[in-house]
Amino acid sequence: MADLISVFFDGKPYTVPSDLTIMTAMEYAGFRLVRGCGCRHGFCGACGTIYRIKGDNKVYFALACQQQVSADMYVATLPFFPLNRRDYKLEELTAEHTVMMRLHPEIFACIACNSCTRSCARGLNVMQYIAYAKRNDLAACAKESFDCVACGICSARCPADISHPLVGLLARRLKGKYLTPAAAHNKKRVEEINNGKHDEPVNGLMQLTQAEIAALYDTREIGG
Amino acid sequence: MYTQPMLESIKVIEAARASKRQPLRLSAEEKKKLLTDFHPDYRESSFHTLQIGPNAGEKAPIELAEMLHSNSLTYGKSFDLTAPPDYDTDVLIIGGGGAGASAAIEAHHAGARVTVVTKLRMGDANSMMAEGGIQAADKENDSPGQHYLDAYGGGHYTAKPELLKRLVLDGPGAIDWLSDLGVLFDKESSGTYITNHGGGTSRKRMHACADYTGAEIMRVLRDEVRCLGIPIVEYTAAVELLTDENGCVSGALLMNMLTEKFETARAKTVILATGGAGRMHYNGFPTSNHYGATADGLVLAYRAGAKLLYQDALQYHPTGAAYPSQLFGALVTEKVRALGAGLYNAEGEAFVHPLETRDVVSAAIMRECGERKKGIETGGQASAVWLDSPNIDFLHGEGHIEKHLPGMLRMFINYGIDMRKTPILVYPTLHYQNGGIEIEPDCSTKKIPNLYVAGEAVGGIHGRNRLMGNSLLDIIVFGRLAGKNAAGKARGTAAGKLSLRHVEDYAKALAQKGIDTGKVSPLLLPDYARKG
Ligand SMILES: Cc1cc2nc3c(=O)[nH]c(=O)nc-3n(C[C@H](O)[C@H](O)[C@H](O)COP(=O)(O)OP(=O)(O)OC[C@H]3O[C@@H](n4cnc5c(N)ncnc54)[C@H](O)[C@@H]3O)c2cc1C
Ligand code: FES
Repeated sequence: MADLISVFFDGKPYTVPSDLTIMTAMEYAGFRLVRGCGCRHGFCGACGTIYRIKGDNKVYFALACQQQVSADMYVATLPFFPLNRRDYKLEELTAEHTVMMRLHPEIFACIACNSCTRSCARGLNVMQYIAYAKRNDLAACAKESFDCVACGICSARCPADISHPLVGLLARRLKGKYLTPAAAHNKKRVEEINNGKHDEPVNGLMQLTQAEIAALYDTREIGG
Repeated sequence: MYTQPMLESIKVIEAARASKRQPLRLSAEEKKKLLTDFHPDYRESSFHTLQIGPNAGEKAPIELAEMLHSNSLTYGKSFDLTAPPDYDTDVLIIGGGGAGASAAIEAHHAGARVTVVTKLRMGDANSMMAEGGIQAADKENDSPGQHYLDAYGGGHYTAKPELLKRLVLDGPGAIDWLSDLGVLFDKESSGTYITNHGGGTSRKRMHACADYTGAEIMRVLRDEVRCLGIPIVEYTAAVELLTDENGCVSGALLMNMLTEKFETARAKTVILATGGAGRMHYNGFPTSNHYGATADGLVLAYRAGAKLLYQDALQYHPTGAAYPSQLFGALVTEKVRALGAGLYNAEGEAFVHPLETRDVVSAAIMRECGERKKGIETGGQASAVWLDSPNIDFLHGEGHIEKHLPGMLRMFINYGIDMRKTPILVYPTLHYQNGGIEIEPDCSTKKIPNLYVAGEAVGGIHGRNRLMGNSLLDIIVFGRLAGKNAAGKARGTAAGKLSLRHVEDYAKALAQKGIDTGKVSPLLLPDYARKG
């Protein structure tokens, strides 16, 4: 068993094994989580967490399900942070140069303090993707923000009240819809299917006995 | 980060890697023997026989059987179901994952008033976690027929043919729909989708968004649901369905997870999209699933009289992280094997072809770590085998892992393990519920009018074993279909009365059989809080 250490949840000390994550340490301490716990594996952003280590002035940021506890850690969780949504119809937007300016004008109030990047639990260069958005370089913004899990810590720290995760999301959706060439092979297949071209072959397979289809399956060629 | 014996063992793997030898694929008989000897699905002690309900006499995993043999957590409480409901809608969607979101979008476009209720937050769901990809037969050398053959054979010829037909024929259209909503699939500069193999595929038809495929799909769908103004009620679980005097579903009884207050929802049609069951920890396995994967939908539907199908077929994903302990159970995507990583035991033997179907690879790993005692000790609950990730960059050139598996790379680097340079330790993890509620090709349940089901809560689309990439596809295809059909049905349906009569009947049936588990269901969330 790992060493026991002291960690503080909401300022109150608990003794927990040192090899746990913040999330499992809270459970070890007796909390039954409802808020602040979603996927438990680093994908959903439900478990944004802010902490300090005793004697260290720096504030740290993490996902509770991913970060291991350390001695004298003071933990505060941020299960929810309100972002300011803009409603839009993607099909009525275009990727033209004013789209970000119209939907997210607050990004132009960015004072380049870099708090967002410093607080990103995923280590993303958040300020950079906001800078790309300001320039309406949607493709670059989409790429830079791709790993965002929208935990909202960046927005909680931002002096300009930007809702960073929503800016990245909009850039990605615009890029996906408008800035990538269509997949001709996919469109062609969809059309074939709509014209009924593939019904017959599938129906044919459905009519085979199990032995017949098993023979086909076992001898099928593995192709590229 | 690795211990000394692990580092010693890695040297053997490095030598084996250079030889480039992988085992041959197994014959049908060899696979069968491996499964019967080592797969937990084939072990009698994993199951109990159901005593009541539509599947009485059939077996179910012990933990699920216990929930199905328990009374409702609402039982014995009194509710005023004649008061105006807290939510009144045409289509009620239970579950805010990919299936629920797809259904919501389509039901909305079909003109229905839609409400989504979900236990945690929208997108706190298995859909958010899918890494590897989504299948669709849209390449020149491929066809829906070929896709059908792969899935039907991979599912051991037990899929319901009509459902599988829908899945493969609607596959390319599902990708197009997602792409049009702005999902960023990996593409070549020409627009051609970059596709790969997955376990059991005979063509490269796995579409991906790096290794965040599910997250990318889920966050786009969630955004679209919000853009359409569809009400989403978060932290709100359905704890029972409500039925009217004719046995039709007429809504659901809800519980606010934070205040534990009950609320009512009345609806003309209801779609169950509650997902999987990994957090039931069948057979004591760790799981890759999200916190709310507790088979609630199965319990609710079963109590109302719906039939389950293949509730005894579970998917253990061969490569759950086994080390370090903080990652225990987390998924190492199949894409790692698809891109060329082999599996080795402690002695450096490649003991199974890495791209056999999941059940076969899992059984092979359990054999190495169990009977053959050739696993690597992790100091944790189970021993493990090596997954030789460095072979990926070795085969495809430096940078390939960073580009195609950024999430995986980050997950291990957090703990000082660089999977580009050293292999990683894996052991099977409880991953997917192959079975679920039986549906008709239109997503309705035969027994209960006005009830529809979509997503992982359904049984029968894949048969007893699902191939990677077919589940993300099924939640889109059948989620959309359920949404359209539930909206259509709602149009000709009047809102019914609300009652819990089926819950009372169920309680009587349990009492008659003398069954008392001392528990209540559905589970809603596992209890990980340490007691004492
Ligand atoms: C780690 C991981 C990786 C995967 N990788 C792949 C892959 O690469 N390719 C692939 O095809 N598939 C993959 N899968 C499988 C696939 O992601 C899931 O099967 C699929 O996304 C399930 O979608 P769903 O909408 O049915 O359920 P979910 O996405 O799980 O959504 C269900 C929702 O219902 C909610 N809910 C549950 N009970 C209640 C209740 N009582 N009341 C209200 N709400 C409730 C849940 O909280 C959740 O939000 C993976 C799964 C996991 C866990
Ligand atoms: S719980 Fe989902 S990111 Fe931590």
